[in-house]
Amino acid sequence: MSLFTDPRWSEALGHLPDYLGNHVRVSVTALALGLAISLPLAIVARNRPVLRGALLGLASIVQTVPGLALLALFYPLLLALAALSLQWFGAGFSAFGFLPSVLALALYSMLPVLRNTITGLDGVDAALTEAAQGVGMTPQQSLFMVELPLALPVMMAGIRTSAVWVIGTATLSTPIGQTSLGNYIFAGLQTQNWVFVLFGCFAAALLALAVDQLLALIETGIRLRQRVRTAIGALGIAALVVATLVRSLSYSGLRVVVGAKTFSEQYVLAALMAQRLQAAGLPATTREGLGSNVIYDALGSGDIDVYVDYSGTLWANQFHHTDVKPREELLGILKDTLAKASITLFGELGFANAYALVMPRRKAEALGIKSIADLASHTSTMTMAADYEFFSRPEWAGLQKAYGIAFRAQRQMQPDFMYAAVASGEVDVIAGYTSDGLIAKYDLVVLDDPKYAIPPYDAIMLLAPKRGNDQALRAALQPLLGRIDIATMREANLRAAGNDATSSPDVVARWLWEKIGRK
Amino acid sequence: MIAPLISFSHVSKSFDGGRVQAVDDVSLDVAEGEFLAIVGGSGSGKTTLLRLANRLIEPSTGSITVAGEDVTSVDPIGLRRRIGYVFQSGGLFPHMSVADNIGITPRLLGIPSDEISARVDELLDLVRLDRTHHRDRFPHELSGGQRQRVGVARALAARPRIVLMDEPFGALDPLTRDALGDDYRALHKQLGLTTIMITHDMTEAILLADRVAVMRSGKLLAEGTPTDLSQSDDPYVGELLGTPRRQAARLQMLLPKDDGGGAA
Ligand SMILES: Nc1ncnc2c1ncn2[C@@H]1O[C@H](COP(=O)(O)OP(=O)(O)OP(=O)(O)O)[C@@H](O)[C@H]1O
Ligand SMILES: [Mg+2]
Repeated sequence: MSLFTDPRWSEALGHLPDYLGNHVRVSVTALALGLAISLPLAIVARNRPVLRGALLGLASIVQTVPGLALLALFYPLLLALAALSLQWFGAGFSAFGFLPSVLALALYSMLPVLRNTITGLDGVDAALTEAAQGVGMTPQQSLFMVELPLALPVMMAGIRTSAVWVIGTATLSTPIGQTSLGNYIFAGLQTQNWVFVLFGCFAAALLALAVDQLLALIETGIRLRQRVRTAIGALGIAALVVATLVRSLSYSGLRVVVGAKTFSEQYVLAALMAQRLQAAGLPATTREGLGSNVIYDALGSGDIDVYVDYSGTLWANQFHHTDVKPREELLGILKDTLAKASITLFGELGFANAYALVMPRRKAEALGIKSIADLASHTSTMTMAADYEFFSRPEWAGLQKAYGIAFRAQRQMQPDFMYAAVASGEVDVIAGYTSDGLIAKYDLVVLDDPKYAIPPYDAIMLLAPKRGNDQALRAALQPLLGRIDIATMREANLRAAGNDATSSPDVVARWLWEKIGRK
Repeated sequence: MIAPLISFSHVSKSFDGGRVQAVDDVSLDVAEGEFLAIVGGSGSGKTTLLRLANRLIEPSTGSITVAGEDVTSVDPIGLRRRIGYVFQSGGLFPHMSVADNIGITPRLLGIPSDEISARVDELLDLVRLDRTHHRDRFPHELSGGQRQRVGVARALAARPRIVLMDEPFGALDPLTRDALGDDYRALHKQLGLTTIMITHDMTEAILLADRVAVMRSGKLLAEGTPTDLSQSDDPYVGELLGTPRRQAARLQMLLPKDDGGGAA
């Protein structure tokens, strides 16, 4: 199959109106907000050296915060604010998706606008400001009739820089629940769908380029005093906004929103749930690539309607338990705890996706290692790798305590690369996921945990408060409960890890339904 | 004697915390309808003195009155709209057309735009710029001399009683300069203006002004009619007057056929 006839291109194209529309909407709003804040600030600060220094310094610091972190920071902040507002005014707001993205991106956009506005105003010839005074202008008239028009070309250059930054960074708003062109990139990276990754990158780059060129047209129009150029540029921007908004607004509505975290198993399960809902006549859409901490709160506040979580994750991360309980007991406690937050634990899917220590079968046999207890005496000469969160999770602390293991070195890496790294001997042990298809592919073994240091991680389906009694939805999703065993899920995950047209979450989800539906 | 329209009384202005004494204890009265020229070398404080008159800057000591009112006690915005000012560097707004530049003060005063438009045409004629050609141009599309003429037109737009001009004709060719000077002089008479004009050129000062003030190092060295000045025994004033005298003598010699004798 050639690169161009790959059906994933048309699949990607199908998402474009939704993703692009949302991307433009969030970028334009953020840019407008950023301008509305930075322009007056720059004007007020330009003749006040202290304020000016403080503002520029602050904006520079904001700029050094990585975009992803900045976006992620706004989510808990807004969540706390929303809770306060609910308490004080009886009305909350959604801290998910649009709002935190707009605020973070607006903050991100401020530096070039502030700096260029101040520089532009500083650059106005003192003889002209004196002339403005001399012909009888008030300070305001001088600002609006002389200084700002003369500073405008420099200011526009700042706005252009901001626009490009915001459009680029907006791809990172996907993990906090804002649909954007980043959906292609995040989904593509997780499911090794390079067509999606490429498509997302190109779309974002093209959008940034187009907006930049239109703004450049306005800028030169202003500088050369050619009204036609300015008008064409402005019309182009307006047309872009209108065109993308009209399409994307028609997309929202009363759909069931299925959430997915940031790894491919979640993409497949979300696709599966969405397919079952649609098959039952319920319009459904997916919100993918949500951060582990974001997704639970998003369910609680009704921003998403259903998703699959893992019992151990909720137990340790969400409810901060440090002890480990047997599987059934843990599920029971979870169910009650969730019910207090009006969240329904609808049921288990049938498999568990636990963290487990994993190593190559051959090496384990050679060293006579069957369990983590056997491993303990070797760890001082071994290197271990895990994903970005494992070493800060309570399971790791539990493991260390229970077995007294201490590795020579610990490394963090992208989950997809971890398995290859352990198979090739680059590291000795990894903290893998029991449902991962790569375990079978690379002939790895999962080490036993005789002391039950790692809690059980049953995949469980959770329903948002407003969906708990939605009988149609429950009926549509019921057939998935208890039907997916670990071998089936591993095979599905292995398929999803492929890098061709049959590995897209939708295709794998259909395969999965075929397989479990037939049973 | 009637009260002077503009009066400087023991005015000093220093910059940079007293390190630069730009204007040093100057007292000078300008009567209504008078045309005063200020001459002096570069850096002698001429521009500073003019800027003090419409309160672009405030004096360090001394007081300035315009029409009997201390300039520090009146609204500076209103004061500046009543006084026409031609800037040394032109001071035209580069983002505004010639017409918009000329009409700026009337616009600030809220005069209807058709009236402003008519006034702009009138002023373009007055400073000998072609209406159709120059009206909608931008300052960077004009020659230096054309820009200076727009500057003069702008100063006159709101029909001020007082006009302050800082080297208004410096960049003009001699012919235009002469013509424009004469035109302005006629206008000054006809409209009953009170004018203070800064110039480097003693000949121009003598030909146009009723009275000439000579500045040096911030001080007012001498002032009076050309006749008064010619009797001054100050060497610097003598030196300044030397130039027009030599020019007159040489012209007499070089252009003997000129009908100068008949006019004398
Ligand atoms: N804003 C200022 N700050 C500091 N020094 C100034 C300022 N304005 C003028 N000066 C100084 O005051 C002195 C007089 O300046 P002014 O502009 O009045 O001279 P001028 O007679 O108009 O000279 P020119 O014929 O070159 O225009 C100069 O030494 C100048 O450097
Ligand atoms: Mg000067």
